Amino acid sequence: MEITALLEIVDVSRHFDDFVALDKVSLHIEAGEFFTLLGPSGCGKTTLLRLLAGFDQPDGGDILLDGKSITSAPPEQRPLHTIFQNYALFPHMTVAENIGFPLRMAGCPKKDIQARVAEALENVRLPDKARHYPDALSGGQKQRIAIARALVNRPRLLLLDEPLSALDAKLREQMQIELINLQKDIGITFIYVTHDQGEALALSHRIAVMDQGRIVQVDVPERLYGFPNSRFVADFIGKCNLLEGYVREQQGDCVTVDLDGLGMVHVCRSETKCVAGSRCALTLRPEKIRLAATVSPKEDESLFRGSVHDMLYLGDVTVYIVSLANGLLLEALLANSASGRTNFFEVGDSVEVAWSCDAGHLVLD
Amino acid sequence: MQKKNVLLWVSAGLVYLFLYLPLVIVVVFSFNDSRLNAEWVGFTWKWYGKLFHNREMLGAAMNSLIIATVSTGTATILGTLAGMAMNQYRLRLLPLLVLSPIAMPDILMGVSLLLFFIMVNMTLGLLSIMLAHITFCIGFVALAVQARMSSMDPALVEAARDLGASPWRCFREITLPLLLPGILAGALMAFTLSIDDFVITFFTAGVGSSTLPLQIYSMVKIAVTPEVNAVSTLLMLLTLVVITGASRLYPAIFRGE
Repeated sequence: MEITALLEIVDVSRHFDDFVALDKVSLHIEAGEFFTLLGPSGCGKTTLLRLLAGFDQPDGGDILLDGKSITSAPPEQRPLHTIFQNYALFPHMTVAENIGFPLRMAGCPKKDIQARVAEALENVRLPDKARHYPDALSGGQKQRIAIARALVNRPRLLLLDEPLSALDAKLREQMQIELINLQKDIGITFIYVTHDQGEALALSHRIAVMDQGRIVQVDVPERLYGFPNSRFVADFIGKCNLLEGYVREQQGDCVTVDLDGLGMVHVCRSETKCVAGSRCALTLRPEKIRLAATVSPKEDESLFRGSVHDMLYLGDVTVYIVSLANGLLLEALLANSASGRTNFFEVGDSVEVAWSCDAGHLVLD
Repeated sequence: MQKKNVLLWVSAGLVYLFLYLPLVIVVVFSFNDSRLNAEWVGFTWKWYGKLFHNREMLGAAMNSLIIATVSTGTATILGTLAGMAMNQYRLRLLPLLVLSPIAMPDILMGVSLLLFFIMVNMTLGLLSIMLAHITFCIGFVALAVQARMSSMDPALVEAARDLGASPWRCFREITLPLLLPGILAGALMAFTLSIDDFVITFFTAGVGSSTLPLQIYSMVKIAVTPEVNAVSTLLMLLTLVVITGASRLYPAIFRGE
């Protein structure tokens, strides 16, 4: 027997006049997953979330929850709740009334509501805020109340629309950890929308990267970072050097690539199926590049000479932009832990860069 | 106190004096024991006593109250719906239709309504006045509601639906309570505009449907009697009560929120 996914999105499309917001998007989301929709603004991720919540109807395709179509069900009949970007707490109700709202709508008896609201407040560690109005709460507290309200009647799914974007950086990190633990504890499936790739990597079990209304890649964070399937994903997730060239030959999982202006390099343990002669790009993460005044290259490394073109001191690391022989700019990192001085190099210093043959990953056009 | 502040207080005092001195004079002379509004003779309640035995005046006051209540009620419901629609959908024609009576000169409104009522063969009376008042009150309510609604987070309605509220419950539990200050502000404006409207009422009133402003005008044609002062004072008092009552209930109205 085939195990059906908790949520199935099948060929869902949405157009606004001439603008294609979603173009035949299909996704399977398993029960208990922390699933993230990631992409730049305007990529369709929020549109998709609104279709799941029922605030909007798709022009084509189907949305199935537990194998049953919910595509045309109004929002109040879907067993899922949304956490809004600005929390959407009802300003004319107290915290307790806010949390009790979904229970009251479901027709729970008053006594049950009281008990469950008290329990929910206990769970988010704000038991003394029951009689407060949302205006009197801090951003982090509003966030927790919004989560308590959305979880109080145990939905099958929680949709989160950039819920941390309104918080400052310190609080955001703390809330990220809280979200991870919460999701682990209650085991409810989270679908999380964000444009922040760092947040997506930190939180998710799986990530769907979206661009221009399409899903570009769906994968676990490590694979997405290490093995992007396109220039777009490589560039969008983390920092990445893209070196253009074409495939010379492939022998097993070892590919020889002729990089424009740099010459031949070997890429080993490649997972990409290449055809000789086709255009490609070598994606190289800055932290995988060795940088020194003189690098003594190991056998499997490619070495290039250049000079420091620019640098950014970030405290823990310094980013060096190295200009190579053909004018190409390459970004590399050096951790500052071992350095007594602030920087190892200055702008204009001549340096050598090297990377091992399995450091890069090839993407094809 | 600094010199600047003194200047500020003096000029502010002069402005308030200019605004309120005429009103104070009306109130004072309504208690004056003399037929003439010239000099203070002594305190009396007698003009108020006379007022309450003046059948014409009482009838006009009653008419005004009925007209103001009915047209405020109707205009508030219609104006609220119009204000919500103006916010929810990108309509071009509706705002124009609803709001233009506000900008239209009263005299034009009065004449055109009169012509219309004659054309459809309607007897001029309370009903024609009410219809006229509803016409110009809707715009004010719609404006107040629309302003209130545009400052409301649209996610609140979606959140309510998302958490299990049907469209009707969502309206009753979320939209209506949040719009209430705007609705009340609009209704307040509608009531005060209706109760003291003269020009439009003048054109659309018939025989025996005189309102308070019309009645006062017909009395003033002869002379400004202390009775007129008394009825004006009462009208002022009513407005004051309504406004302070509303400000106590919904302070947000007066903070312009």
